[in-house]
Amino acid sequence: MTTTAEITRRCLALYEDLDFASVRAWKAAAPGRKVVGYMPVYVPREIVHAAGMLPVGILGGGDGLEVIHGDAYYQSYICRIPRSTIELGVTGRVDFLDGMLFPSTCDVIRNLSGMWKIMFPKAYVRYFDVPQNYVDAIGGSYYAHELAELREGLERLGEVRITDDALRASIAIYNENRRFVQAVYDLRAREPWRAPATEVYLLMRAGMVLPVEEHSALLREYLDAAAREERPRRDNARVVVTGAFCEQPPLNLIKSIELSGCYVVDDDFMLVSRWLQGDVPLDGDPLEQLALAFLHRSVSTAMRYEPTQAEKGRFLIDSVRRTGAEGVVFAAPSFCDPALLERPMLHSALQRAGIPFTSFKYAENAGQMQPIREQAGTFADSIKLWSAP
Amino acid sequence: MTVKEPSMLKQKEMIARNYDRLTRAPQHGEKVVSTFVPGNLNELLLCFDVVSNLPEINALQNGMRKKTGNYILEAEKLGHSEDVCTYVKADVGMMAKGNLAPNGEPLPSPDLLLLSYTGCFTFMKWFELLREQYDCETVMLHVPYAGDGVITENMRSYVVKQIREVVIPALERISGKKFDIDRLREHLAESARAEDDLVRVLESARHRPSPIDAWFGGVYYIGPIFTAFRGTPDATEYYRLLRAEIEERVALGQGPITPDGEMGEQRYRLVVEGPPNWTHFREFWKLFYDEGAVVVASTYTKVGGLYDDGFRHDPSKPLETLADYCMGCYTNRNLPQRVDLLEKYMRDYDADGLLINSIKSCNSFSAGQLLMMRELEKRTGKPAAFIETDLVDPRYFSPANVKNRLDSYFQMIEQKRRNRPTAA
Ligand code: SF4
Ligand code: SF4
Repeated sequence: MTTTAEITRRCLALYEDLDFASVRAWKAAAPGRKVVGYMPVYVPREIVHAAGMLPVGILGGGDGLEVIHGDAYYQSYICRIPRSTIELGVTGRVDFLDGMLFPSTCDVIRNLSGMWKIMFPKAYVRYFDVPQNYVDAIGGSYYAHELAELREGLERLGEVRITDDALRASIAIYNENRRFVQAVYDLRAREPWRAPATEVYLLMRAGMVLPVEEHSALLREYLDAAAREERPRRDNARVVVTGAFCEQPPLNLIKSIELSGCYVVDDDFMLVSRWLQGDVPLDGDPLEQLALAFLHRSVSTAMRYEPTQAEKGRFLIDSVRRTGAEGVVFAAPSFCDPALLERPMLHSALQRAGIPFTSFKYAENAGQMQPIREQAGTFADSIKLWSAP
Repeated sequence: MTVKEPSMLKQKEMIARNYDRLTRAPQHGEKVVSTFVPGNLNELLLCFDVVSNLPEINALQNGMRKKTGNYILEAEKLGHSEDVCTYVKADVGMMAKGNLAPNGEPLPSPDLLLLSYTGCFTFMKWFELLREQYDCETVMLHVPYAGDGVITENMRSYVVKQIREVVIPALERISGKKFDIDRLREHLAESARAEDDLVRVLESARHRPSPIDAWFGGVYYIGPIFTAFRGTPDATEYYRLLRAEIEERVALGQGPITPDGEMGEQRYRLVVEGPPNWTHFREFWKLFYDEGAVVVASTYTKVGGLYDDGFRHDPSKPLETLADYCMGCYTNRNLPQRVDLLEKYMRDYDADGLLINSIKSCNSFSAGQLLMMRELEKRTGKPAAFIETDLVDPRYFSPANVKNRLDSYFQMIEQKRRNRPTAA
C-alpha cells in the first residue's frame, strides 16, 4: 500500500524537475505526440486533452531556478513569474512545448504572449481570452466562439480532428479529476492534520505535469493513504491562504505558514484544477457547456470582474465559513497588480464579516522565511487568543 | 507655455469649461459618468448629455500640479501597496483628501462608472475600488485584446452586443434619455473630421525641422480628442486651428514651441515608446530640447486611437466603429504589432533612434519593452535607449539618472553617425 510519504516524494521529484523529464517521457512514448503549455490562472484543459495532447502548467521557475537571462527582459518592478518563464524558454528547458496558452490573467501575462510569439516563432501561441460579461447570449456566445477557435488552432497544430465526442470524453475525465481534487480539499478542511498544506500543494502541482488520468489515480491513492494514516493533531489556527493564484510561493513559504502554527484549510494555488465548480454536463454542445460552466460556476478571483459590489469578497468569506477557518492569510506576489489591488477590497469585506487577516508579499525565489514565519506565528497566536473560551 | 497660440487658448478654455460643468453637474441636474481614456465611448456619452469624468486625466492634472506625491502616500496609508499602479493611488488619495477638481471645487460622485477596459487590466480593479467608495451603478465593457494581432468578427460582435445591450440601456436609465442613433452618427462624423486634422498634425513631424514635438507637445494635441471633446464641434474647431498653425510653422521652417520658446537646432530625431512623466514634465522636456532632441513620433499619443494608421470613426456603422475603435487602441495591440508600428515610425519619420520611457506603474505598457527594444535595434540598426520613470509618482523621477542616460544616448547617436560612411 502506498503511503502519503511515498506519494509526496514522487510529487516533490516532479516539482523539482525543471527539465520536465516526465513530460518529455510522455512525449517520446509515441510518435507525433504534442504538448501544450499554459500559464495561470485558467485555461480549458479539456480541449487540449481532447486533441490527444498533454496540457502542462508552466508556473515559472520557483526557487530552484537561477534566472540568468530572464532578468534582461524585465524591469525590476515586474513580478518574477514572467522572467523565470522566459528563462525556462531560452534555456531550452521547455523546448518540448509545441504550443503555449497565455490566459487573460493580467497585462504581464498578456504581453508575455506577444513576447513568446516573437521569441519562439515556431510554437503555436495563443492569448486565451475569457469573458468578463456573464450573460449567456453575450459573454457566453463570445466565449464559445473563442473555445471553437482554440479547438481549430489545436486541430491545425496536431493535424487531428477534435470531435464533440472526444470533447465529452475529456470533460468526463476532467470532471472526475475535479471531484478528486475537491475531495482532497474537503479532507484537508475537515482534518487538516491528515493532509498538510505542503503535501496538498505538491499533489496539485503534480497535476500540472501529469496526464490527468494519472493525476486522478494519484489523488485517489493519496485520499486512501491519508484516511488510513494516523498523524498527530496540533492545536493550530485554521487559515485560508489567498492571493497566490499566479506566481507561486516557494514551497518553503507554505511550509513556514504551517510550521508557524497554521493549518491551511483552503487556498487559491493552481486554481485551474478547481476553477469550474462541480461537473460540466456531458449532454448538449460540449463547448457551450464549458462556456456556461465558466460563466456561472467559476471561482471568484482577482482576474474576474465582480459585477455587484455586494458580492465582492463573498466567495472568500464563504470559503472561510465552509472550511471553518478562523482567519485569512493574504499572500501575494510582489508587484502583482491584480492581487494587490484586490486586497484592500477583500480586507474590507473581511473586516465587515469580523474575520481576522494578515498580509504579506513574496517572490517565487524568496529565500528568507523568518519574517513570514514570525508574522504567521503571531497571527496564529492572536487567533487562538481570541477564540480561547 | 509662454507663447499662447489660438489653439492652446482654445484648449485651455475647453478644459476649464468642462471642469466647471463637471463640478456643477449636481446643481444643474446633469448626470456624471466616470470612464477611462483608452477606447472611450465619448460619442455615445454625448448622445445622453451626460458629463464625463476621466480619473486618468484627474491624476495627470494633479501630477502636473505636483499634488500626486501626497495623494499616493495617502492611498498607501489607507492600505494600498507601494507596488501597484500610481494612477489608481493618485485617484484614491485624491478622494481621501477631499476630491477636489483642478478648479478647486469638489468633484461630484459619479452616477455611473463605465468600466470600458481597453488595454489594461488595472482599469477593472480601479473601478471596482471606486464602486466600493461610491456605491453607484457600474457597467463593464469588456474589450477583448488583439492577442493575434487581428480583430475577429467574434470580438467585434461581442463588443457591439455589450454596447447595445448593456451600455446603452444603462445610459438611458441614468440619463432618462432615449438613445438616438442618428445623433450618434452626427457625433461620429464630427469625430472623423477632427481625426483627419489630427493626423495631418502628427504627420507634420516628417518635415525637417519637425514643426512639432510629437510626445511632449503631442500630449497636448491629443488632449481634446482623447477625452470629453471627441465628437463635438469644439474639438473639430480646435484641430482646424491647430492644423493651420502647424502648417504655417512648416511653411516658415519653424520648430516646435517649448516652454522656453521656439526650439533651436534639431540634432536628434527620436521615436518614443511609453507615456511621459507628469510630475516633472517641464524639467523632463527641457532635458530633450536643451540638447536639440525632438520627438518625431510616439506611441503614447496612440493610446486613444491609431488614427495615423487609418482608423476613422465611421458614421455608417455606428456601433461597429465604436467597437473597432476600442479594440484598435495602441495598448490593445499585441507586442509584435507594437514592434511593427515602432519600426514603421522609425523609418517613416527618419528617426535617429528609439527611446523607451518605461513607466513603473504601467504593466500594460512596460511588460515586454526590453524585448521590444532589442527587436527594434536588430531590425533598424538604430540605437535605442531605456529610461525609467513613473507617471505621477515623484519618487520615481530621478532627474540626474535620466539626464545621464540621455546624455550617453545622444553620444551614442553621434557615434553611430560618425561611423556611417554615407552620412553626409
Ligand atoms: S504574478 Fe500577478 S502581475 Fe505577475 S503575471 Fe501573475 S497575475 Fe500578473
Ligand atoms: S496600468 Fe497603465 S494603463 Fe493601466 S491604469 Fe495604470 S497607468 Fe493606466
